[in-house]
Amino acid sequence: MIPEVISKQPAAGRYPPNLRDYAAACAQFSWADARAALSGLPDGGLNIAYEAVDRHAAGSRATHVALRWLGQDGTRHDYTYADLRDLSSRFANVLRGLGCGPGSRVFVLAGRIPELYVSVLGTLKSGGVSCTLFSAFGPEPIHTRLEIGAADVLVTTESLYRKKVAGLRERLPRLRQVLLVGDRDAETAVADTLDFRKMLAAASADFQVERTSPDDPALLHFTSGTTGKPKGAVHVHGAVVAHHVTGQLALDLHPEDVFWCTADPGWVTGMSYGIISPLTNGVTSIVDEGDFDAERWYSILRQEQVSVWYTAPTAVRMMMKGGTAAVRRHEFPALRFIASVGEPLNPQAVLWGIEAFGLPIHDNWWQTETGGIMIANYAAMAIKPGSMGRPLPGVEAAVVHQTAEGRIAVCRPGEEGELALRAGWPSMFRGYLGNGERYRKCFVDGWYLSGDLARQDDDGYVWFVGRADDVIKSSGHLIGPFEVESALTEHPAVAEAGVIGKPDPVQFETVKAFVALKQGHEPSEALRRELLGFARKRLGAAVAPKEIDFLPALPHTRSGKIMRRLLKARELGLPEGDTSTLEGTA
Amino acid sequence: MSAPDRQQLQAAIFDAIGAIAPEVDPADIRPDQPLRQQVDLDSFDFLNVIIRLHEILGIDIPESDYGELLTLDRAVDYLLRRCGGSTAGK
Repeated sequence: MIPEVISKQPAAGRYPPNLRDYAAACAQFSWADARAALSGLPDGGLNIAYEAVDRHAAGSRATHVALRWLGQDGTRHDYTYADLRDLSSRFANVLRGLGCGPGSRVFVLAGRIPELYVSVLGTLKSGGVSCTLFSAFGPEPIHTRLEIGAADVLVTTESLYRKKVAGLRERLPRLRQVLLVGDRDAETAVADTLDFRKMLAAASADFQVERTSPDDPALLHFTSGTTGKPKGAVHVHGAVVAHHVTGQLALDLHPEDVFWCTADPGWVTGMSYGIISPLTNGVTSIVDEGDFDAERWYSILRQEQVSVWYTAPTAVRMMMKGGTAAVRRHEFPALRFIASVGEPLNPQAVLWGIEAFGLPIHDNWWQTETGGIMIANYAAMAIKPGSMGRPLPGVEAAVVHQTAEGRIAVCRPGEEGELALRAGWPSMFRGYLGNGERYRKCFVDGWYLSGDLARQDDDGYVWFVGRADDVIKSSGHLIGPFEVESALTEHPAVAEAGVIGKPDPVQFETVKAFVALKQGHEPSEALRRELLGFARKRLGAAVAPKEIDFLPALPHTRSGKIMRRLLKARELGLPEGDTSTLEGTA
Repeated sequence: MSAPDRQQLQAAIFDAIGAIAPEVDPADIRPDQPLRQQVDLDSFDFLNVIIRLHEILGIDIPESDYGELLTLDRAVDYLLRRCGGSTAGK
């Protein structure tokens, strides 16, 4: 039996929750107070990396461990706040030496290696815009993002460069410099690139943080829409106010915490909560280079004495498959708070946390565009399993619908509508790069429309219902069907492709493609495999379809668009709904 | 039937990977380096490779043993132990 509500014990012990009374916290909260909790630059202005690193390095936390890096091979390296200040200053000087001034776009394509963190923080210090790309992207998603993002500099590893980037250089005339991190300690010597470590070692560790303003762009994150190319969401240095305070309120970070965010910085969670928020809060942050491996994860939780853990539903569900006994062989005396983000966390998973770890898992909700957690289950608030929780103090969220006049009306409790946020929170995205129209369309009547359908109950808890569009939610990431379809149709046998998210017990949705072949090509297992490999080579495992089916033809609207909704309904054996726009219908 | 040898187990691994990542050329795999990054398998793909291995070899690989499959060499060693063969001839 799944209880409707999990009540919490009153706060006790060493770590009284930062947010003890939800209603009171909402009533008292102001963004101005949240801003005042940060230092600001000595001469005015606000810079994310200064708040994350330099201000701690200048004070009593200089020798506190900021990042504890766990290598895939079992190596372990600690970086104090002072270490991070020096390394990021060196990288900022490297950028200056390359002629990169404020506003330069510095991309990182790498696994979770220390150089990634140094590059991001150094870029922010220099006033540049940092963009991290998921290392499991294939060459096409990488090319699209470097091109839309107008990258000036790319930091990557030698092996990723050889495998995925070298072949793109001709198509990236604007990309000025590529810095390679050697896969071994030896210096890299690859044509048209520079050696990251050598340049870092030669640079000075003194750097005066660029005097950025709260409105200066700092971060670029790509996200996917239903149609067209990925969108580059721009975030500003002022977002750090939200990164910082949401870490305290939604993740309950306390100064002596050891925090582990398992997300990769190639996605927004791994940036906002894998890099920025734990550092601005001065805690020790665990970085694991390895891929998901339940046993390894339990060992990390135990050995590193992780106290606050932020992970994803897909990982939780994979751990569930391994069973509770595997977890209970370990003890986690330090662990006191678990949160999850990416897709809705099913009630069973919330409860599994109690069974396995003695702690419920706290779901929360936000998006690339929101920059930080917007709706959450808090340490001191009762959980309704299956609900994403209630809006953060300072965030006005509502389930809305648009009236015939194009205005926004708030739905009644229990009524389904689109989840919307009142515009103006500090980590709100400030644009889609080069696409002002698409940005403006996200806002109606002063509300940001999230594209997620939801309902809100009488107590203000928000429940996810589905997506308002065809975007696929898989393993915590959004995947745009168009990007996948475009890659498939590049194959000479493919006439057209339609891509949907197929419900999956582990990934939430998996990417499934339907393909219609050109004349002269017949469906076969060999061709199916060829297409799968073709898509994987271009898109990488994170984006490529997991399943491909052949169809004689794809359903279209009369205006010629592929009806993905209909493909999905047929796949699931659901009613086909309104097919009045289907091509060939009367 | 006798227990499979190293070569047969390696072939089974390539077969399982080939179903999930058909673009992979087994000749490119460095046997002493982490496998998943080399052949670009995400966690979901990796689970599917395990399922395929189960279908091919008929052995269950518990989640707690996934760490044993980090590299191709280690995976073959592990499967050899599990299938009751000897590690001789390595």
